[in-house]
Amino acid sequence: MNSNIFVIIASSAIFYGTPLFFAALGGIFTERSGVLNLGVEGTMLLGGVSGAWASQHVPGSAWFTVLAAIIIGMAAGALTSTLLAFLCVTLRTNQTVAGLAITIFAGGVGLSSYFANIWKVAEAPVDRQVRRLDVFGWADAPVVGPILFNQTILTYLSWVLVVLASVYLFRTRFGLQLRAVGESPQTADAMGINVVKYRYLHTILGGALAGLGGVYYSLAIVPTWVDGMTKGAGWIAIALVIFGFWRPSITLIGAYLFGALQSLSSTLKARNVQISGDVLDALPFFMTIVVLVLVSTRFAHRRLGAPAALGVPYEREER
Amino acid sequence: MTSAVRMTGIVKRFPGVVANDGVDVDIRAGEVHALLGENGAGKSTLSNILTGLYRPDEGTVEINGQAMQFSSPRDALDAGIGMVHQHFRLVSTFTVAENVVLGEPDSPFMMDQSRVAQQVEELSNRYGLAVDPSARIWQLSVGEQQRVEIIKVLYRGAKVLILDEPTAVLTPIEADALFKTLRAMVAEGRTVIFISHKLDEVMKVSDRVTVLRGGKTVGTVETANTNTRELASLMVGRSVEFNRVTRSNPADVSHTVLTLSGVSARDDRGRDALHGVSLTVGRGEIVGVAGVAGNGQRELAEAISGMRALSSGHIDVSGERVQSGRARSAIAKGVAHIPEDRLHTGLASSHSVEDNLALKNYRSSSLSKFRVLRRKAIRAQATDLVQNYDVKTPDTVTPVRLLSGGNVQKVLLAREFSSLPKVLIAASPTRGLDVGAIETVRARLVEAAERGVGILLISEDLDEIMSLADRIVVMYEGRLVDEVAAEAADRERLGLTMGGSTVSGGAR
Repeated sequence: MNSNIFVIIASSAIFYGTPLFFAALGGIFTERSGVLNLGVEGTMLLGGVSGAWASQHVPGSAWFTVLAAIIIGMAAGALTSTLLAFLCVTLRTNQTVAGLAITIFAGGVGLSSYFANIWKVAEAPVDRQVRRLDVFGWADAPVVGPILFNQTILTYLSWVLVVLASVYLFRTRFGLQLRAVGESPQTADAMGINVVKYRYLHTILGGALAGLGGVYYSLAIVPTWVDGMTKGAGWIAIALVIFGFWRPSITLIGAYLFGALQSLSSTLKARNVQISGDVLDALPFFMTIVVLVLVSTRFAHRRLGAPAALGVPYEREER
Repeated sequence: MTSAVRMTGIVKRFPGVVANDGVDVDIRAGEVHALLGENGAGKSTLSNILTGLYRPDEGTVEINGQAMQFSSPRDALDAGIGMVHQHFRLVSTFTVAENVVLGEPDSPFMMDQSRVAQQVEELSNRYGLAVDPSARIWQLSVGEQQRVEIIKVLYRGAKVLILDEPTAVLTPIEADALFKTLRAMVAEGRTVIFISHKLDEVMKVSDRVTVLRGGKTVGTVETANTNTRELASLMVGRSVEFNRVTRSNPADVSHTVLTLSGVSARDDRGRDALHGVSLTVGRGEIVGVAGVAGNGQRELAEAISGMRALSSGHIDVSGERVQSGRARSAIAKGVAHIPEDRLHTGLASSHSVEDNLALKNYRSSSLSKFRVLRRKAIRAQATDLVQNYDVKTPDTVTPVRLLSGGNVQKVLLAREFSSLPKVLIAASPTRGLDVGAIETVRARLVEAAERGVGILLISEDLDEIMSLADRIVVMYEGRLVDEVAAEAADRERLGLTMGGSTVSGGAR
């Protein structure tokens, strides 16, 4: 029963969707503050390579090494997005250009692959991994076992995060202030909210979550280092933010849908279903394009609840 | 009597403008104090300094006798100063309660919507500010949004409330309700600073009035001891030198070049901005449109130049109908336009001088062949015009944004006049220019009139209108409320009608 194709796809949808969710959740925080981060892909790769390095080099018990790898990967992501925040918030550059620059600079043929080279990350396996758990020993329970009780610790963390993030955004004073900064920085400023601080903090938080997504690739999915291994997951995450109407809960569902699409080709291939693997591999990206085209009009953006000041630098002494 | 707010010697400079040039204001606790002045007199800058949005370059701010230095709006709020902005500072997707509590440092970590809603209701009952705390801002009328702004300020316990042009967006009934609210707040010992350019309102609501003009304080008077006439003359200033420009050939009003018949149009927010405006301009006539900015002048200029669709009425140039909202049709019929925002609407600011000069006639066969531009011809045209109009520029490929204000305006004039227009709409053509450039621009306008161009001169500068125009109309809230021949024009009366007061026997 547990090799039922539905069970396999659902289980791997969650498994593959988790890093997408981390990166998209980061995107939600960043965009809610009014900053558009197109550097997610590059940020994920830097997080992934740093995590892989840490997994190979940090001494200590296995769980300590993995924890260190996760933290170091998140720190790498945070650092990368600090640069983005500096460009977009302090220097008020064009956010599209700044984000693309970061992805090109840090991405598959850039800094992440350079680090992989000098650290010789790809030459050794990543032995200390984020492994699937057997929660309560129910991993083999029919249907729900593989889907719910046989995931990695990071998936369970993501379930906690979706609740925390929703409460933070919609129930707390800080979430209200964050949304005000993204909707109308003039208003926020006039109400004594530090727009620059909010934008920096949430851009950096977004980067850390993208880094976590990257670590998931190099420590849980593959698990080893391959240049450009996220294969466009960062771009899917950006589409997911929109797909989820800038809400963590809907974004989680979207992440699992895209996770299912991503896992489809290997699952079907293993079952000898005769569909071209290339077509299946292209599916998530085709869906990304469809989502982005559907929502790219200004009208749709407003209707879906995009932060009104998204992508607009804020300057106080304007006349 | 103690001063709630005292500002002394306030100077604030922006690139190219001195917005406040030594302003002194002294506001007593428990009064409604009006700040009166035309647009650009420095009222908004002054209030932005008082609320901590701008920092003054010079001068001191004292609150209850204590010198203050605000580095952010937060500081001003903490000192008990709250501002109701002309452009509301509200998050339109948030509820009323969320907007009220936004940024409040003492609010609990988890929001308690029902408690805030209750407080909002208390405030709204106490001051007659009816509004539903759970409604979202975008669902509210402008008047309701303003009430939210006021509640927001009261919620923070502001002792001094600044209202920037609060009635600009209100219906007369809403305005009266607002005045009642203001009196109720003053009765409780709060202080209200009421910024306006409308004379009747200031007379109605204030205890004292401070008049600003050109960034300077003109004086402070007790409202009870003054009248609209005196305030009007303080606001617009007595004419210092007043020379009517004499023209070699007079206007030929028997020959109409521009006719507006019952023209109505909406502003960008979809509200009616022009109400059935009818107007004619004769050959070689200069008609001045006086009025405080924001009374429909921009919409009028845009309607005639085809940049704004009409909601009713029609416009004819020399008897030919101009298609509503079609700039190319207006150009083809012979309308030239000098917009008030010359670097954004008038010119492509990062493009070269020669490209900008060709923007209007690049389609002509002399400048393009088979839809390919002839660069040499474009450059030759630019070289000619730069020389004729004495534009100071290093060369014709310099981007226009690098030129000085006067030279930018010369480029614009050169382009518009080179199309040999029948009608010219000039909106604040000398605003922000230095004396020399002002002279040049005015001379060019007079020259054009002598050639037979009918000119509609829209300006807030009464001196300019009175020295150039043959006939003056006054615009107020989208209507032409007065019309006089320039020789018969009297500054006081224009000031009154610009401020919305009716003149017995004068208004039509």
